[in-house]
Amino acid sequence: MSALPPIYLDNNATTRCAPEAVAAMLPYFTEQFGNPSSMHSFGAKVGHEVKAARASLQKLIGAEYDSEIVYTAGGTEADNTAILSALKASPDRKEIITTTVEHHAVLHLCDQLEKDGYIIHKLKVDGKGRLSLDEYRKLLTDKVAVVSVMWANNETGTFFPVEEMARMARDANVLFHTDAVQAVGKVEINMAESAIDMLSLSGHKLHGPKGIGALYLRRGSRFRPLLRGGGQERGRRAGTENVPAIIGLGIAAQIAREHMAFENTQVRALRDKLQAGILAAVPNAFATGDVDNRLPNTLNIAFEYVEGEAILMLLNKQGIAASSGSACTSGSLEPSHVMRAMGIPYTAAHGTIRFSLSRENTEDEIDRVIAAVPPIIAQLRKLSPYWGENGPITDPEKAFAPTYA
Amino acid sequence: MWDYSETVKEHFYNPRNAGPMADANAIGEVGSISCGDALRLMLKVEPESEKILDASFQTFGCGSAIASSSALTEMIKGKTLTEALDVSNQDIADFLGGLPPEKMHCSVMGREALQSAVANFRGEEWKDDHEEGALICKCFAIDSVMIEDTIRANNLCSVEQVTNYTKAGGGCSSCHEGIEELLAKVMAERGETFSPAPPPPKTKPGKLSTLERIRRIEQVIEKARPNLIRDHGDIELVDVDGKTIYVSMKGACSGCQMEALTLGGIQQQMIEALGEIVKVVPVKAVAPTKLPA
Ligand SMILES: Cc1ncc(COP(=O)(O)O)c(C=O)c1O
Repeated sequence: MSALPPIYLDNNATTRCAPEAVAAMLPYFTEQFGNPSSMHSFGAKVGHEVKAARASLQKLIGAEYDSEIVYTAGGTEADNTAILSALKASPDRKEIITTTVEHHAVLHLCDQLEKDGYIIHKLKVDGKGRLSLDEYRKLLTDKVAVVSVMWANNETGTFFPVEEMARMARDANVLFHTDAVQAVGKVEINMAESAIDMLSLSGHKLHGPKGIGALYLRRGSRFRPLLRGGGQERGRRAGTENVPAIIGLGIAAQIAREHMAFENTQVRALRDKLQAGILAAVPNAFATGDVDNRLPNTLNIAFEYVEGEAILMLLNKQGIAASSGSACTSGSLEPSHVMRAMGIPYTAAHGTIRFSLSRENTEDEIDRVIAAVPPIIAQLRKLSPYWGENGPITDPEKAFAPTYA
Repeated sequence: MWDYSETVKEHFYNPRNAGPMADANAIGEVGSISCGDALRLMLKVEPESEKILDASFQTFGCGSAIASSSALTEMIKGKTLTEALDVSNQDIADFLGGLPPEKMHCSVMGREALQSAVANFRGEEWKDDHEEGALICKCFAIDSVMIEDTIRANNLCSVEQVTNYTKAGGGCSSCHEGIEELLAKVMAERGETFSPAPPPPKTKPGKLSTLERIRRIEQVIEKARPNLIRDHGDIELVDVDGKTIYVSMKGACSGCQMEALTLGGIQQQMIEALGEIVKVVPVKAVAPTKLPA
């Protein structure tokens, strides 16, 4: 490990919980341990603070009512709740529209639902990760129970036109859900003015605690709870509230709101600098996704002819933390489904690295990363059978002739 | 993050024998860029003695693929080709202080590159039917292709049988859902439906001659051997006494925690091959004539 302080550029995986949020949470493990539902003074104060935290989250996403927020144990639960609720609420509708590049919290649920007999339409994306709204329009029929399309992609940061898609769904009388786990806290969201019926968010992606998230549920939307039991969250999500995490998320939401402009100017500028710096110094590399229409903090670069995990290990040795869409990092054999959906060639898909920044990163850190990356790529290319003296071997599949593949 | 051993990291950060070799006379290439890892092994072999004078590699792949390639070149330098072929993928993993189950295929790739290079030197054709699927059982590193093939070849119909034959599912049991899905898929191919209830015991009618009986017992043993050898062990038939089959477990298999599981699997196959209930009992001595009751 390097002697220099570590640089964390994996904020789409998770963020550091803001110290203010941690400090605010601590009393709720000790003095303020009461159950907000209890009819005594231990519970009363807690109930009051949970209400304030809910109001803070409400404000972050511009919801009209605080009762539109249903706390869950994270983004995954919110996604599952939204989709399963829609199916339960409209038992005659057996189709779901989603995309090929959703998070596994949506895709793997849909795979299971397909086995259970539902028809899943996965909208394809083009080379930049963009959807075709024509394809979408044709699929919007009264057989569809729910549309679930992410606000921003976690690997490339690419935005989908969810507001427009939600309006189209509303016109077709179809429920619309968006997984906004990567967008909430990074971009302005105003649910009061939106046609989106349900929205998932997660605390740990916006400097809040892990294991807490929420489902925004528009007032009047038909809903069926995933968990039944006690009457918490107005009967929509049973189970004693995770009070410390709810408090922490409230503080995190407030800080995120205060930094919204910073995120979209300073953080974006650092990200742009990182992209320009790396691409200027490394040949055979390109940014993936819709680079003019993506999260301000996310940069995904494909390095051709090198493998992502090896890059990560060498970065880690210098104290730089990022992530990769390579097969090896997940233990699977295929590179990330997002890269495959965009048709990124295999020569590059295994070498995709995601740098995801946060408001905590500094320009010094970005300069260090810009300096560190080119030698790492060069070092690995020197080891690669697909890389010659001065560049890639012209036809890699021919130059390298394995007895089997 | 993978829990890589210090040796893996060391060989990754400072790979030995990396880079092209101009005067190589034995080259083995395995993998492809689409699979995410590819390895070219280059050897300089002394023709008369078949001694490996020098070895080098070029690898596209993850940390453990590069470390496995580096380890392999170190292990085989100075050996004859025949000696080098004794290096199993498990030896490579052991040399590196172990590999995570998801990464065992990196050592397999090293082993295959070696076979391919030796074949190249000897002017033989080397074909490998090795194919990998999604990792199902993380406890024993068993992938879907291996499980499906085993289900197909042995007409398996329960998770318990799959565990007996492949070890998959014999540890933490988290993968039982995945195994059930593979069973459902393969059973559907042969027109059956998977049911989670245990299968009814099948006994084949008709009595086998003693010769046919021994032959079938030997066939089961022969079928089990490649897997055991790959895991560093071996099995030998010692004696058959009525319904008890005595075997001797060798090498890493002997006394290892998997011995009971392996024997369970072999016993199950014996029962199916012979159509009668038999017991497979391990013995420690090489060829005892009198065995404890
Ligand atoms: C787009 C997206 N959806 C859902 C999730 C899951 O959220 P959680 O970890 O809170 O369950 C993630 C986090 O990895 C994500 O990036």
